[in-house]
Order: sequence, then C-alpha cells, then structure tokens
Amino acid sequence: MSAVTAEHDHDDHHHDDHSHGPEKGWLRWVVTTNHKDIGTLYLLFALAMFFVGGTMAMIIRAELFEPGMQFVDPQFFNSMTTMHALVMVFGAVMPAFVGLANWMVPMMIGAPDMALPRMNNMSFWLLVAGVLLLASTLFMEGGAPAGGWTLYPPLVLQTGKALPFAIFSVHLLGVSSIMGAINIVATILNMRAPSMSLMKMPMFVWTWLITGFLLIAIMPVFAGAVTMLLTDKFFHTSFFDAAGGGDPVLYQHIFWFFGHPEVYVMILPTFGVASTIIPVFARKPLFGYSSMVYATAAIAFLSFIVWAHHMFTVGMPISGELYFMYATMLIAIPTGVKVFNWTATMWKGAMTFETPMLFSIAFVVLFTLGGFTGLMMSIAPADFQYHDSYFIVAHFHYTLVPASIFMLMAAGYYWMPKWTGHMYNEKIGQLHFWLSTISVNILFFPQHFLGLAGMPRRIPDYAIQFSDWNMISSIGGFIFGASQLLFLYIVVDTIKGGTGEKVTDEVWEDAHKHGLEWTLPSPVPYHTFSTPPTVIPCDHD
Amino acid sequence: MSTNNAYYIPHKATWPVMATAGLLTTLAGFANYLNGSSIGSPLMMLGFAIFIVMVAGWFTLQATESESGMYNHGVGVSYRMGMMWFIFSEVMFFAVFFGTLWYTRNLSVPWLGGEGAKVATKLLWSNYTATWPTNGPGNVGGHFEPMGAFGLPFVNTLLLLSSGVTCTWAHHGLLAKKRDQLIKGLIATVGLGFLFVLCQAFEYHEAYTEMGLTLGSGIYGSTFFMLTGFHGFHVCVGAIILSVVLFRSAKGHFTPENHFAFEAAAWYWHFVDVVWLGLFVFVYLM
Repeated sequence: MSAVTAEHDHDDHHHDDHSHGPEKGWLRWVVTTNHKDIGTLYLLFALAMFFVGGTMAMIIRAELFEPGMQFVDPQFFNSMTTMHALVMVFGAVMPAFVGLANWMVPMMIGAPDMALPRMNNMSFWLLVAGVLLLASTLFMEGGAPAGGWTLYPPLVLQTGKALPFAIFSVHLLGVSSIMGAINIVATILNMRAPSMSLMKMPMFVWTWLITGFLLIAIMPVFAGAVTMLLTDKFFHTSFFDAAGGGDPVLYQHIFWFFGHPEVYVMILPTFGVASTIIPVFARKPLFGYSSMVYATAAIAFLSFIVWAHHMFTVGMPISGELYFMYATMLIAIPTGVKVFNWTATMWKGAMTFETPMLFSIAFVVLFTLGGFTGLMMSIAPADFQYHDSYFIVAHFHYTLVPASIFMLMAAGYYWMPKWTGHMYNEKIGQLHFWLSTISVNILFFPQHFLGLAGMPRRIPDYAIQFSDWNMISSIGGFIFGASQLLFLYIVVDTIKGGTGEKVTDEVWEDAHKHGLEWTLPSPVPYHTFSTPPTVIPCDHD
Repeated sequence: MSTNNAYYIPHKATWPVMATAGLLTTLAGFANYLNGSSIGSPLMMLGFAIFIVMVAGWFTLQATESESGMYNHGVGVSYRMGMMWFIFSEVMFFAVFFGTLWYTRNLSVPWLGGEGAKVATKLLWSNYTATWPTNGPGNVGGHFEPMGAFGLPFVNTLLLLSSGVTCTWAHHGLLAKKRDQLIKGLIATVGLGFLFVLCQAFEYHEAYTEMGLTLGSGIYGSTFFMLTGFHGFHVCVGAIILSVVLFRSAKGHFTPENHFAFEAAAWYWHFVDVVWLGLFVFVYLM
C-alpha cells in the first residue's frame, strides 16, 4: 500500500476525531491542535514580526544615512538596535523555523500530527504572549531596553519600567521554545512511520532533531541568567556586582553559553532546508547524507564549548583566549563538509533555477562569506580589532539574512504550492530574489569596510570619514526592505489563487522521489497519514 | 486496525489558551508590582487564579481521557519523552546556579582577592582577602553567619532520601497490584516532602532572624538562597503533583501497565532528590 492510497481511504476507519475538518469561524485558530494550522499561525506570526523588526532596521539605517543626528534621539536609537535583534531572533527567525517544523516534520516522517498537539497550541500562544510583553516595553516610561539584545549588566539594570517586562518576556519566550522543541523531538523520535529509520530521515528532520536538543538545553540557561538580573535589580542579590563578591563577566559567560548554541538554533534548520531544496532542483540525491548528519551533530556539540569567543576583549586568562580560539576554528571543519556537500550535490546535476533554487544557491555562496569572516574573528588577537565594530555586524548579518532569512524565503516558495495548492508567480518570485540578493550585498558588504576602519556598532552618530559607506549601506537597506513587500504580495497572492495554474501532487519534477510530503495531494488535506505510509522515498544512498 | 490502536489526537483544545492568559496576566502583574504600581498585586492574583483553574481543568481532562483508555502505547511513549526532556531542561536550569556558585568560588572571588594580578581590584579593594563564605569586598548586607551542614540541612537530607525510598516502595505496590502499599507509600512520600519544606522554612527563619543571613548577604547569600529557594519551590511542586497522584490512586486510577502520571511524578521527585544531594555537598558541606 502506498502512502497516497493510505491517505485516500483514511476516513473509512479509525478514531472519530481523525475525520473532523477544521472548526468553523475564527475560533478555529485559537483552539486548534492541528499541526498544519499551528504551522500556519507560526509562519504568519513570524512574517508579521519580520516586518516589525524590519521597520526598526529601517529606522536604524535612516538615522545612519548621514553623520549627525537626524530623526531619533540616541536612547531610542539604542532601543531600536536592541528591539530589532530581539524581535528578529525570538519573534521572526525562530518561530518561522518552528512553523516549518510543525508543517513539514509530521508529513516528512509519515506521522498523523505532532506528538503533543495540545502543548503545540500552547507553545504558539505563549510566543504571542511573550512578544506582547516585549512590545509593550516600547511604550513605557524610560523606553524599551536599550542596552543591546545581550542584556549585559550593569548597563541593562539602568533600564526603566521596561526591565521586568523584558525579563518576563524572555521567560515566556523560553517556555514557548522549550515546549515547541520537546514536541518536535518527541514527534521525531516517536512518530516516524515504521520503515523510516533515523538514517532515512530527510535532512530537515535531522537538523530539527538536533536543534530541538539545543533549544531544550539552552533556553533554561538564558532564563536563569535573566532571573539573576531580576533578583540583582529588585531583590538585593549580588550575582553581577563585584562589591558583593559577584562578577558582571559571569553574566556574559552564562549569556553566551546560551547565545552561541542559539545562533546554531537559527542556522541548523537553515542547513536542513538547503539540503532539502538543492537535490530537487539539481535532480540528484543529496551528496554525503551521513556526513551531513554527523556534521550537524558535530556543529551542535562544538557550539557548547566555544562561547567565550564572544568575549575575547573582556579580560580572560591567556589560556582561555587560546582555548576558545582553537575550539572555534574547529567549527569550520563540519561547516566546510556541508558547503562542499551542497556544491557536490549540484555538480553535474541537471539544474533548473526556480526561485527556491536561486535563493539556495545564493545562500551557499553568501553564507560561506559570513563563515569566512567568522573564521577571521575567531583569531583572538585579530578580534581585538574587530570586536564591537561594524565588522561583526556585517559578519552575523551575512549568516542571518542571506542565510537564515533567504532559506526561509526559499522554503516558502518551495512548499507554498503544496500548502495552498496554488502556484506562486515565478516572475515576481525571481524579481524578489534578484532585488534581495543585490541589495543585501549593498547593505551589508560595506559594513565590513566600516568595521575594519574602526566604526563601532550600536551608535547613532559617527565620524565624517564613515559617511560614504554608511550612505551606500543605507540605500541597500532601503531597497532590501522594500523588496520584501514583494514577498508579502506573493504570499497573499498565492493564498488567493496564485497564477491559477493547477499544481500537481509532486509540484516539482520528480519531487516525490525526495520526500513523503510530495506523495500527498496539493493542497494537503487537513489530516494526513492517519495510517503510516509503508513506502518511504529515500533521497540518498 | 482497531480504534484504540490509533494515536489519539484531540480535535481542539481550550486549556492551553487559558494557560497562556493565566501566565501572561501573572507575569504582567508581577512586573507592575516590581515597578511599584498598585494594580500589580491584584493582576498577579487574578492571573494566578486563572492558572490554578487551568491546571485543575487540564489535568482532570487528561486523567479522564487516560482512564477511559483513549491513549495507546504510542501516546504513552510521547508523554514519557515529554517528561524526560522537561526534566533535562530543569537540569540545565539548576546547572546555571551551580555553575554560578562554582565560578564565583573558584574564579571571581579569588580575583577580587588579588589573584591573577588584577590591577583594578588592587586599586579598588586593596584590603580584601578572598575567603568563602563571603559577602564581597563591600561587605554587602553586613555581618552574617554561614549555614552549617549538620543541623536541619542534614535532617532534610535524610527526609528526602527516605521519601525517595517510600516513593519506589509505592511504585512496587502499584506494579504488584497492592493498592494499599501504593497509597501508604504515597502518603509517606508526600508527608516527608512537606516535612522537608517545613524544616526549610525553619532554616530560612533562623537565617533571617538570628544569623543575619539574607538574600542580600553578598554572593554567599545570593547563591545560597537562589539554589535552596528554587529547589524548595521544586519540592513543593513535586509534593503537590504526588498529592494529586495519591488522590487518583485512592480513586482507583492506574494499572500496572498504565500509570504515566505516577511515573512522571516519581521521576520528577527523584530529580528533585538528586538536586538536593548536589546542594548538600556544594552549598552546605564544601
């Protein structure tokens, strides 16, 4: 029995609940336990937050368009850099990947739904609650947090009324992430179709299994760190106060013990999406599947033992500097394995260049660039020069925007026809791609030069010699921001019917050879795989 | 394939939204309270009330569904995995505070005492000698006495360790279909748990009133109360969970094959137990 027939006769037997369609009316979205509904909620919420965080970035780039103070006061500027980061990390990128996991993981492993559907609903709504608390700080006496997204004491303790709200927001977002991660890990470990062994799982599922583990391990650490901020501020403790025997540097250690794996939380599922899309459009199996799995696991392991490379200038013993420098350099090895595997997958492939593939190729090139600047900064003595400069801003934006964000866009283009049953407009999709790719480089590449020349980050005004590159960077930023409205248009248009072209079940040529989701009808029915599929497509040898 | 072989997926859920509303209201209330706003406390209490109703409702629903046989083996495995990973997240949470204790005792306090040729500390606090316990070079919180290991803390160690034994004894009773042993074992476990909390309350009272030891007593007071406080909170939660399991056992719930709630509570209890052993060694003894 193939997966498709298993799907078509799923109404005939089984528990009553399986044959239900969605609830009527808007309440459907509040009480839903369906992984597809919740996936949609996550994705739309993340898209909204992408534009909220993006607006903040536009304010930052507008202020930096020219030297001198133009539009906002410095306090508000600093709030913008802080909130832009928090909104993008916790409101946009992470939820978007959880949304993809919700939609795709059960369909990719042949499961009827997520393992813990009620908790799935709670994860999403706690995310909304957390972001509400965070957003509320913008309207408070003393303004939103302005000490940087890392919330370093003692600076962050000078925040006004916003401080406890920001801290509790982190707690809620943490609980939401942990619940989401537990759900995904339990789904992957417990809900796979009988013939789907771990080493047959699609790479996207593998990367999320490992990401889920990272999240469960690190979110409590962040929660602990901000709890100590709270007690230092309101309950007279001395964790980060040297006069009482504490140490502000301790906060940095704890924060980056969370923060470094956190950046892999945002990049590992990105790798997963790339490993899913590239083989389909290269019409070849993924090259080096098992080495991809081991490389992902190796990156996750290394991410726990390199955190203090964010703190080279804080005053560590020389042995610490050396250890963290060498350990950090090691990450280049498994990451290199991945980049070479993607390249080898494309090698001599019968490639076509639809929008998802274009974004994926740009990702491989531009992420590698961000990786190389990372390698530059891992060299401790060199980092003394780059630290807290625009060079680091350029570095991590290269790993986040043309990497994580690009692959989220690619995932949207790749799976939207499956989700909606409609084809997106390929011409506008490619226009979106070219505008984004060109402008993202105009936006971030000059920031390398600014940083090397000594321009510090998180500063609303700058010396006159930085003017030219800042203006170019801002122009790139405005084009990039405006281009994303095309994506919004495409999402709305595709949901409403797209090109009107009838999409097939496999959507992309021979996609059914690459993943179970393409064996299902387009659009996907509300419930899928009520009985597990017996035939598993395997994308690798 | 028979009906109860299918993985149970609820059609809709209303408790999770209520849980979110409860948590959001509680935390917004708490934040307002910390900012000195008068609506803080009532908001916090309202949120907490919503949360309590939600916990009662959600768990009643789960217990009813479980007893009516709606969960197959697969659902049970998912629940167990959920609980395991939740406990792992709790381990990481406690690891932060144990790590803080380790870092301050072995690194930052010696640095404040001049180790490692830190010029700034020599300039700021030239007379400070690094010792443990300490409230830092600023003598933050004033004079205090550290908490010894062999008073109430040792009694508490014995209490918790025996409660781990009674909990396992109750589990054996459940597996052997000895309902009487299950209930007696659980009563003993819950009793020992609450006794532990009572002893800790006495300990805290003594610390605050007689020893000058408070949350504000520098880094020693901070780590001492943060670690033992969060642990004590977990003991309370664990004892409440076990009380619910006791109540359900008395109502005839659970079979030797199907008793996830008992297992989860027992795992949680043993986890709390192990954390205490860490506390006893690293906070009290060393």
